[in-house]
Amino acid sequence: MLATIGVKSVDDLFVDIKPQHAPKSFDLPVGLSEYEVMRKLTRLALKNSNELIPFIGGGYYDHYVPVACQALISRGEFYTAYTPYQPECAQGTLQALFEFQSSICALTDMDVANASVYEGGTALYEAMMMAIRITGRKKIVMDSGVSPIYRKLIKSYTHNLSFEFVETDVLHGQTDRVAIAKLLDKKTAAVILQNPNFFGTIDDHADIVEKAHAVGALVIESVYPIALGLLKTPGAMGVDIVTGEGQSLGLSLSFGGPYLGFMATRKKFIRQMPGRIVGETVDAQGRRCFVNTLQAREQHIRREKATSNICTNVALCATQAAIFMSLLGKSGLKTMAQLNLDKAEFARQEFSKIKGVEVKRSSPTFNEFTLALSKDANDVIEAMIKHGFAAGFPLGRYYKGMEKYLLVAVTEKRTKEEIMAYAKALAEVLK
Amino acid sequence: MKLIFEKSKPGRLGFQQPVSDVPVKATLPQKYVRQKEAALPEMSELDVVRHFTQLSQRNFSVDANFYPLGSCTMKYNPKFTEKVAALAGFAELHPLLPQLRSGEKYVQGALEVLYETEQWLCEITGMKAFTMQPLAGAHGELTGVMLIAAYHKAKGNKKKFIIIPDSSHGTNPASAAVAGYDIVSVPSNKEGGMDIVKLKAVLTDECAGLMITSPDTHGVFNSHITEIAELVHAVDGIMYYDGANLNATMGRCRPGDVGFDVVHLNLHKTFATPHGGGGPGAGPVGVGAKLENFLPISRVSKCVDGFFALKYDYQDSIGYIASFYGAFGVILKAYAYMLLLGKDGLKATSDHAVLNANYLMSRLKGVYRVAFDRICMHDCVFSADRQAERGVHAIDIAKFLIDRKIHPPTVYFPLTVKEAIMIEPTETESKETMDVFVEAMLEADALSQKDPEQFHSFPKTMPISRPDETKAAREMKVNFFAQNE
Repeated sequence: MLATIGVKSVDDLFVDIKPQHAPKSFDLPVGLSEYEVMRKLTRLALKNSNELIPFIGGGYYDHYVPVACQALISRGEFYTAYTPYQPECAQGTLQALFEFQSSICALTDMDVANASVYEGGTALYEAMMMAIRITGRKKIVMDSGVSPIYRKLIKSYTHNLSFEFVETDVLHGQTDRVAIAKLLDKKTAAVILQNPNFFGTIDDHADIVEKAHAVGALVIESVYPIALGLLKTPGAMGVDIVTGEGQSLGLSLSFGGPYLGFMATRKKFIRQMPGRIVGETVDAQGRRCFVNTLQAREQHIRREKATSNICTNVALCATQAAIFMSLLGKSGLKTMAQLNLDKAEFARQEFSKIKGVEVKRSSPTFNEFTLALSKDANDVIEAMIKHGFAAGFPLGRYYKGMEKYLLVAVTEKRTKEEIMAYAKALAEVLK
Repeated sequence: MKLIFEKSKPGRLGFQQPVSDVPVKATLPQKYVRQKEAALPEMSELDVVRHFTQLSQRNFSVDANFYPLGSCTMKYNPKFTEKVAALAGFAELHPLLPQLRSGEKYVQGALEVLYETEQWLCEITGMKAFTMQPLAGAHGELTGVMLIAAYHKAKGNKKKFIIIPDSSHGTNPASAAVAGYDIVSVPSNKEGGMDIVKLKAVLTDECAGLMITSPDTHGVFNSHITEIAELVHAVDGIMYYDGANLNATMGRCRPGDVGFDVVHLNLHKTFATPHGGGGPGAGPVGVGAKLENFLPISRVSKCVDGFFALKYDYQDSIGYIASFYGAFGVILKAYAYMLLLGKDGLKATSDHAVLNANYLMSRLKGVYRVAFDRICMHDCVFSADRQAERGVHAIDIAKFLIDRKIHPPTVYFPLTVKEAIMIEPTETESKETMDVFVEAMLEADALSQKDPEQFHSFPKTMPISRPDETKAAREMKVNFFAQNE
């Protein structure tokens, strides 16, 4: 090969890298064999705890992932391909993403969805930017029931941009409708809501949508896809842009990623939606096929004028979610949502019997609910860990004055036995 | 092939949920309940498995095909890293666990992976600190530009624009624009590098920084890089290194040593994590001392006793750019890859990547016009202008290759080269595989002389022929249900 190139050594290929460009250091360990790396990383994995029974959610849930889901995305034809730039040799990825988009539309009752963005938080940020582009306005009204993790992220991104942010308080776990109505004006680009909200509270936002539309503002709602097996859809509420974290659709928790951001909207807004979109068309013989479409919105064509800078998304995670939604199907997702609802309801009833626990809610919750404790939630969590439970998330971390509040998640994986054991441990801790 | 929704049969179920073991059947008030079930498919597990297996067979992939997609570094992804990421101790770990009091104790293994990966990347790039949070290359770029903005704000600098060469990826100007900067584009010179005279002409005190890919998308390492850095630093601009092409220079040159202040890397390129049909990727960002204080939170720190902790208390931080600590599963695979290769393996990776690219360039340059006739780095760029004169364009050659079961190179990028064909073989391909590719490319050229008309019917052997993209954009059928209601 060197002879073909016409050089004597590989070093000759690096002539443009001059001596002054040489590394000042490159002090790295020597390579290991596959077995040695496996052993090292298996040991590190064991340093993490798998023993704590998870009653922790906060938008990320311990759901069961059917084995077929993992098996299918483990096919090299899916996971070692790249962005379908050449549709003739990427119909597998393209059709899977088209099916993903369609399933997300079915779930949310929206017209169009994109083929994914990074995760739920960045999806919400992109939706906000979309609303700002569509309305030409710069004021955002955000309900504090929206995940504080997402809200922090959005504020970081827009720190240098001249947007006006107003956050409304949560009252007993619920959206403050009066406050939102007062803030709505002709300058408002969007109201950002979440359903169920961070406290697990279920809502119907149709009235807020009506008020927002009356002043020309859009409504963005972040949703939890499993809950949509049962809950009134954002489409039925009249919401304009829907986003969500798709981790619960067959992805493992994996310490925060990779996850799956999804976005859906009304057809009239499709050109302002960022990210790849797969569309149906026909080939030269008239056969149905799929391509990346509306690419004129994207950075590789539009450069600095693109709707977003996103390029690589999370196509494999979207494929995984498409498989998950297909396995569960129409009735399976509903059954799963009902199981979550039932188990959480049972847990809530049991926990509310404990001395030192008060269940705070004024409207229904889905699979997560808030406990007001007689002690500091952090102390309780620490004590519960000793009993073998990741007992929940301390709301005081993000909400002032809620130091004694614990957010507890109960998915379909928690058994009656685990719930009763949790109740027993909590009673002891609060004694 | 039918869509999964068209195969649906009422009543079929692909996954059996457990029977509830709690004596509660909760009901919600009607106003909160959806009126109609979501129209997801009704399939048996076998139906679903067969559907998606058949779909997968309609893809080209690195596992099955040579995939010399320029600028994407489609190298082989070692299989064992998939198993690492699936270890229960990692896969089942809840990201909020370390945010509980004393919760960090339970994620020490995961924090060690993040910390150690940062250390490796610091040493590979010569940067002082890394954040693992950015979730893709473009996300890393946005993070990097936010760091630049924070730096200038802290110094009270009034900066307006970022300079970007015309050969850059589209994400560079898009990311800088999203972060609030104007873009100034600088053309390349005849050798493919950034034109220094033209750079000087636009470099003013309002320049916030320069974003450059090194080696650039022309496959050229700019020998004047230190001089460029001095010029940019003279106006207190920040040097941004787009690490998309790091695969060419590991162990040969570190961005931190030649004047770069901030870098992003694409773990899915250089560090062999699978591309997944378009992600997930990971785009960690490294910084020199100037920018360290502005890094996003949280940051992983190692205490004297070896305990790993997440720290949030950095006053100057740009804040949160992702919900958690990055695409952890992806980072884990990259870490396993680095451990496997080690110092010598990483350097050999770059050596072989460059050797392979130069071999391909040498074999093809008599027939295809090489865009920049010089030694290249990890990829080589050709122009199909000679073939185009015969009526055979870069896209036609791409479609010809598909019939040979070869994934086409990147075409029509970089935008600076007419009829561009950008080839990146990567280090993992053998001479035999590349020779098969060369033969196919030579045959394509021969056919372009003999019978250019034939190209319009390629590909012929795939499940579909060329799609009508205009129809797709015009009709916007992006949701099965919208067109079937």
